Amino acid sequence: MTTPVQMMAQHPALHEWLRAKKSFPHLWCPGCGIGTIMGAATRALTSMQYSKDEVVVISGIGCTGRIPAYLDCNTLHTTHGRALTFATGVKFSRPKLKVLVFMGDGDGLAIGGNHFIHTCRRNIDITAVIVNNYIYGMTGGQASPTLPEGMKASTAPYGSMEPPFDACNLAIAAGATFVARSTVYHMKEMEKLIQKGMEHKGFSVIEIVAQCPTSFGRMNKLGNPIDMLEYQKTHAIKYYPGMDIEAAKAEGKDIITGVLKDENTKMEYCEKYDELIIKKALASEKEKTK
Amino acid sequence: MTKSNSEREEVLLGNDAVAFGALAAGVDFFAGYPITPSSEIAELLSREMPKRRGKFIQMEDEIASLGAVIGASLAGAKAMTATSGPGFSLMQEHIGFAAIAEVPCVIINVMRGGPSTGLPTESSQADIMQAKYGSHGDYPSIALMPDSVLESYLFTVKAFNLSEKYRTPVFVLTDEILGHMRENVILPPVEELEIINRQEPTVPAEWYHPFEQTTTGIAPMASFGHGYRFHVTGLTHDINGFPTSIPAEIDALMNKLKNKVLYNTKDLTMVEEYQMEDAEVCILAVGSVGRSARRAVKILRHQGIKAGMLRPQIIWPFPKQPVEKMLKQVEYVLVPEMNVGQVRKEVERLADGRDRIEGLNVMNSVMITAEDIVKKILNAEVPVD
Repeated sequence: MTTPVQMMAQHPALHEWLRAKKSFPHLWCPGCGIGTIMGAATRALTSMQYSKDEVVVISGIGCTGRIPAYLDCNTLHTTHGRALTFATGVKFSRPKLKVLVFMGDGDGLAIGGNHFIHTCRRNIDITAVIVNNYIYGMTGGQASPTLPEGMKASTAPYGSMEPPFDACNLAIAAGATFVARSTVYHMKEMEKLIQKGMEHKGFSVIEIVAQCPTSFGRMNKLGNPIDMLEYQKTHAIKYYPGMDIEAAKAEGKDIITGVLKDENTKMEYCEKYDELIIKKALASEKEKTK
Repeated sequence: MTKSNSEREEVLLGNDAVAFGALAAGVDFFAGYPITPSSEIAELLSREMPKRRGKFIQMEDEIASLGAVIGASLAGAKAMTATSGPGFSLMQEHIGFAAIAEVPCVIINVMRGGPSTGLPTESSQADIMQAKYGSHGDYPSIALMPDSVLESYLFTVKAFNLSEKYRTPVFVLTDEILGHMRENVILPPVEELEIINRQEPTVPAEWYHPFEQTTTGIAPMASFGHGYRFHVTGLTHDINGFPTSIPAEIDALMNKLKNKVLYNTKDLTMVEEYQMEDAEVCILAVGSVGRSARRAVKILRHQGIKAGMLRPQIIWPFPKQPVEKMLKQVEYVLVPEMNVGQVRKEVERLADGRDRIEGLNVMNSVMITAEDIVKKILNAEVPVD
């Protein structure tokens, strides 16, 4: 049997980004999708050839929130739902740093919903990956705001009666300039989308549909992790402009993947601050001394 | 503000003095949310900071404001926010984070009446205990309480120095009276102010332990992007910042947090003693009430009563040594304050039943006057030699 450290040694570029000896083994359940997402994000970071010193990975609370501890860059594990506020502080005070944020669905869209929409509005150059497994995994599978109506959770034993949020639609409406969706099954696409998000100048949101076999899968009798990945495979459909989303959903294709929005006309927040605010302030100071 | 090499005399608003103090201390980053009676601080900084290439951002709420401040501080900025009671309540979550993750930041609380929305445009001193025990869990607290516009300026500078030195959030508790009061002040030359910046590590990255116990109790702090890659978390953590649930490591962390303040009590004790040399009656006042107390001492002295004032300028940690000394000396202590008796309880705790301590507590927004204090002391029938 190969040990995790030996396995990582077979992928030296990836290995370099992991705190293999300091923080492994990781705490995620067998069959969890988060490790796959961390792997894809790490491969995206290596292929962009960022230095580990210039990258800051920030997260909130929950299973997803544990990602940063395993990555060998500047890492910040913040409070529940508020990762984007810390990220805004890091990025705005030092725009040269590349900021990647990981949030869960409950983390980012319930307790952090307000921070999420306002970060979208500002269009600051941060990439947010929302891991959507429909429940609060860390605390035992309670209902999150993305839980589909009728699905069960530990606090929705009779099925959820609330309409869910669509993270991507919310991001688009709130003004994020790059919005995409993928699933854990679509590992390669996910990697590419995270890379695109990091390369995008402005606020980018990538929602990743992930399986939680331990809570969501068990409570809704969705089978083992492979069955859940199979669901992602068969229910996903790639987005194209002009696509009839409602028709696709009616056919059971309820996971719309790919780039849903990519807009490059809106100025990025930090650049705008330099361009507009600082210039005007300096000019007004000059005017005064004349 | 940039006038150099000379003292500056002007009429200044208390809140503006806080903002100018922050600029003098070298603030790089401000994040805040509008709230009465503190908004002038944000307004002035939104105008002045861009002129120095500083970053000003108005966030979506106070929780977000302090989150951004902590993020900026980790990236190397001298960062602050300013608020009042309701906002201070919201900030408690991130105050705890800054305390456990040892992130320097300055939080100004221009106190107003509470609880809840309370009295937005009027004064109180009811957040003193919240500044110590507001967030969940045990953590150290450092809080300064100015009594004048000049002190609002100087204490803001000092708050930055203490937060950088001790890697911890530091509070400045002013109130509506001070914040909205204009006073003639003579500001010292900016060049002559003592400015302390955080100690950065000098060791090779692999030797760096961002949360280790050092001889001073405070480990050097690296900024993000400076080559020391480390983990920061709000979980209990080991000396490298990684989450731990090992009791010995948790003990080490919790004791380190506690001892940062405990072992530096001398550095963190700052009081004003006014006519205390021969005092038999002491007025122990904090913040804006100190102004009335000083005048009350003069009136009482005129009437033959040997009164003095002791005013803690740093309220947390509580100035145990000077208060104990005072308790040994006087026969009667009056603690006038604009709350239910938050400071008095601390004094009583030190006195342990040995002294006669009374409160003069006003919670209806009306300022405590010197006459109120004098009347209370005269009615107290203090034995006079």
